[in-house]
Formats: sequence, C-alpha cells, structure tokens
Amino acid sequence: MTNTSTRNKVLWAVATVLVLIYALFPVVSILATSFKTPSDLTSGKFLPSSGTATTSNYEQILVGDAQGLFLSALRNSIGISLIATFIAVVLATLCAYAIARLDFPGKKLVLTTALAVSIFPVISIVTPLFNLWRTIGLYDTWLGLIIPYLSLTLPISIWTLAAFFRQIPWELEQAAQVDGATTWQAFRKAIVPLAAPGVFTTAIIAFFIAWNDFVYGISLTSTEAARPVPAALAFFTGASQFEAPTGAISAAAIIVTIPIVLLVLLFQRQIVSGLTSGAVKG
Amino acid sequence: MTSAIPARTTTASSGEPGPRLDAANEKTNGKTRKAPKQYSDRARAERRLGWILAGPAFIIMLLVTLYPILQALYESLFRFRLTAPSEREFIGLGNYAVILSDPVWWSDLWTTVLITIVTVAVELVLGFALALVMHKALKSVRGLLRTAILVPYGIITVVSAFAWFYAFDISSGYVNSWFSWLPGIDEDLNWFAQGPTALFVIMASEIWKTTPFISLLLLAGLAQVPDELSEAAKVDGATWWEQMRKVIIPNMKAAIMVAVLFRALDAFRIFDNVFIMTNGAYGTEVLSLLAYRQSISRLEIGLGSAVSVLLFLCVLLICFVAIKLFKVDLAGSQGGK
Repeated sequence: MTNTSTRNKVLWAVATVLVLIYALFPVVSILATSFKTPSDLTSGKFLPSSGTATTSNYEQILVGDAQGLFLSALRNSIGISLIATFIAVVLATLCAYAIARLDFPGKKLVLTTALAVSIFPVISIVTPLFNLWRTIGLYDTWLGLIIPYLSLTLPISIWTLAAFFRQIPWELEQAAQVDGATTWQAFRKAIVPLAAPGVFTTAIIAFFIAWNDFVYGISLTSTEAARPVPAALAFFTGASQFEAPTGAISAAAIIVTIPIVLLVLLFQRQIVSGLTSGAVKG
Repeated sequence: MTSAIPARTTTASSGEPGPRLDAANEKTNGKTRKAPKQYSDRARAERRLGWILAGPAFIIMLLVTLYPILQALYESLFRFRLTAPSEREFIGLGNYAVILSDPVWWSDLWTTVLITIVTVAVELVLGFALALVMHKALKSVRGLLRTAILVPYGIITVVSAFAWFYAFDISSGYVNSWFSWLPGIDEDLNWFAQGPTALFVIMASEIWKTTPFISLLLLAGLAQVPDELSEAAKVDGATWWEQMRKVIIPNMKAAIMVAVLFRALDAFRIFDNVFIMTNGAYGTEVLSLLAYRQSISRLEIGLGSAVSVLLFLCVLLICFVAIKLFKVDLAGSQGGK
C-alpha cells in the first residue's frame, strides 16, 4: 500500500513538472534571449553566456532609441484594449441580463448571432474595413481599432456573462424586496455582489483577446498613432540597419507578457471557470 | 434544460432556480402567445425591456460583421485597385474565376487544411492528457497547474511566434545544437528555408498556444462525467483504458465535439504565426495571409474581397458539416429551451 502511494506521488510529481515545462518553457526561452548581448545571440546556447547577461535590450526599448516606437505602441495597446473591453463588458452585461432574466422573443437569435460573430474569420472583416476606414478617416486611429475589436470581445462576453447570470439565484432580489428594500436597493445589495465576479472575470477574458489581436493591428494602422504592440513587434527594426532586432523584440515580448502572467497568477480560478462555463455548459 | 451533457450536479442545483422561474414565465407566455391581443402589460414591458437591453450589443455585432461581409461581397464583383480607382469595373464573378483557377489558392487552401487537421488532432490528444492531469491532480498542485496552463492561453500569439522562431532560428537559436544528435538536425539546418520544417515550427507554436483552451473545455467535460460511472466500471474490473473508452469518452462526447469545432474554426483562420515566422514563404502561405496580401499589401480590393468571401464560405462549410453531419450542438442548452 505504502509502496503504491509513494509510486503515485512520484508519478504525480513527474506529471506536474512535465506540465510546468510544457507551459513555461517558451516563455523562459524568450526571457533568456532578452538578456543576451548582440554578439551572444548566435552562441547556440539557451542561456546567456556567463557574465555577459545584459539589460541593454530593456534599456533600448524603455529609455533608448527604440523608446518612441515601443512606448507609444504600449500606450496604444493598453488604451485600445481597455476601452474595447470596457464597452464590450457594459453592453454584454445588459444583454446577458436580458437573456438570463427576461422573457423576450429573439433571445436565441442574439445568442446565435454572438456565436456566429465569434467564429467569423477576422481577415474577412479587415478588407472592407480597410477601405471604409480610409474613406471616412478612421484609418490609423484608436476608434478605428476599438470598433472592430468589439467583434472579438463582445460575443465571448455575452456568452460568458449569460452563463454566469443563469447561475445567480435571482429570487434573492424578491426576497430583499419582501424584506422592505426598494427595487434599487434589492438590486444593489443582493444581486450586484453576486454578479460582480462574473463581470470581472469576463472583463479579464475579453482583455486577453483584445490584447492578443494582430490582424486588425497591422491592417488598420500605419503609424505610432494607433499601432498596438503585437503589430509594432512585427515591424521592429534593429538598433542599426545591420543588426537583427532579436534582443529588443524579446525584451518587448517579455514586458507585454507581464500583465498576462500577473492576471493569471491572481485570478486563475475565475478565468478557468469563466472559460469553461461560457463554452460548454450542461 | 435539455442537453446531451448531463448537468453538473453541483452547479445545476445552484443554477436551477433561475432557469426554472424563466421556464414558468415562458409557459404562461406561451399561452398568451396564442391569443396575441391579450398580452399583459407586464409581459409587453418585459419584451420591450429585453430588446432595449440586448439591442445595442446585437446591433453592434451585426454592424461589425454583417456589414463588412456584405461590403466584401459587393466589392468582390469589381476589378478594383486602390492605386487605380478610376479603372474600377464590374466583372461579375471574374475575381472568383481568377482565384479558383490559380494554383496559389489551392496550395494555400491545402496548407491551411493541413495545419488545421494536424494541430487539432495533436491538441485533442495533448489537451486531453492535460485535462486528465488537472482533473486528477491533488488539491495542492491543482492551482499551480491551472495557473501554468493559463500562461500560454493568455500570451500574445505574436510573442509565442517569436519565442518559437528564435529558439529554432539558425543564427539565434539553440535547438540545432541541442538536438544535433537526431538524424537530419545539424548546425546548418535552416528550419525556415523549406516548407515542411517551417510548418513544423509554425504548428508547434500554434499547438503550444491553443492547447490550454481545448484542455480547459475538456476539463469541464470531464467534470460532467459522474464519478459513480467510472467507479462502477472499476469495481466491475475494467482496466484504465476500458474505463476511458467505454465510460469517460462516450460521456463527454458533446464537450469533445464542441472543443474540436471551436479549435478547427480557429485554426483555419491561422495568421499570426505564419506572418511572423515565414510571411508565407516556401509554401507556408495560408488563406488568411493570401487575403491580407491581396488587399492590404497589394491594395487589390476586388481580389482581396473575393478571397475574404471564399474564406468565409469555407468557415461556413466547416460549421455546416460539423452541425449537420456530426450533430455538434454548439448552442446546447445555452440557447434557451
């Protein structure tokens, strides 16, 4: 008995380590690259050669000559993603409340539309928008990205929130009213605390999706005015014409991964439940 | 709440009161629906409020997708280059004829299909293994595992593409020196100078980034398989493999189907990894990249729109096949009744 349980423990330890290597290795790999000096990049080794590790790549993009390029892209990414997330979550909250709570014809139509939009090939939207945005002046602006980002963030927000709201015991609201609370008080005191975690989780998932966008970013922007980080990375050039921008891109990649890792560390439980309840629910 | 998936015991009990109230409402309304003139004021107000709340989201979703695809459909009927707007000319289905008779379309379609099939197949197996580990893991490491697995899920695809690219790249990579003992790999292997090896790295990056999503969906499916069933099978002397094949997998078929369909549609739209690693060189071009190259790089709006429409039709076809042939119930009980 003890024998099998020790063996089990070892097996579980091995499985855990394997999963951790799987999940984190590429991140560690680019982290290691971000500390290499230009001459060390071709060493063929995983880690920077001993004694040569440098933070110069980070300096280059944060305070050095690539600063304008990277910091403006970072500002665009944060601003555009946050606004697109905020609008999507507000609209989706109203929509999901109606779906979970009210009886109206077309409920199924709204959900089906959300599903259809979420499987829509992004590139099919880009071509006509590219043309239209140039005509009406939305090309290379924040608004010009926020609007198409809604096609990414809105559908998943509606599904995730509808799933969350279905699990809320709404009769609490009536119970509070019976106990003498006004409609607004009942809503605020009984329902909001139950709904808030779902709204918050949805916001994180929507933010991930907006933060990840690349196709809209490279197609609908052309300058630092609106170009988000993923698109900027693809157009990064080295410190000099003859130098590959490997180090700078790696450093930038690590910086934009930090918020993701922080959100995941803080809210893994909520994110998992949000992802699974929205997609498959019995 | 009719569903192919047996309801999760815990959440179902907490979630039931809501839907039950709704069901009651629907019933009374079903009766009034037969005599439409007798809507109670309350029901009418509820319908109105429903659309006031859901309407804005609904309209925006239509505006950002339906409108562009109709516009693309219209523009695909013209010979139209942004650099020569005066030469715009109606050519009917001419663009489609040009595309479908061009071997580039067919080779890109094949590459896209190949990537979709290989990545989804690998992800299904890998994702299932990950889901099993997370499902059975001890409480103490469960949080750690889920946190780790969410890192690839949350990471930017472009970042993943660069990470894999730099690891394999002939000048900045270390893979060649690590694996030089394998036949076919040596210091001079340039992974991105020929189709098959480039596709291998592209798919590896795609698989790494998206397997967590599929494994979380499968994890939710696993949680819906009643423990008593596999316990009973175990008591009856079933081996681990028999439990999997006869009890667990059949019971989570719906979850598997949904996961596969979602991922297949997503993989079919692959763009970021290919753009970063090869930009479509050496036969690695995919359909999304072809559309991008036509409209954004070459400003051939007519041709690009036609590719976009064809790509959209491919996605519709995949959906149609999945739903009609494999009976995937995407909306499930989520859709309401």
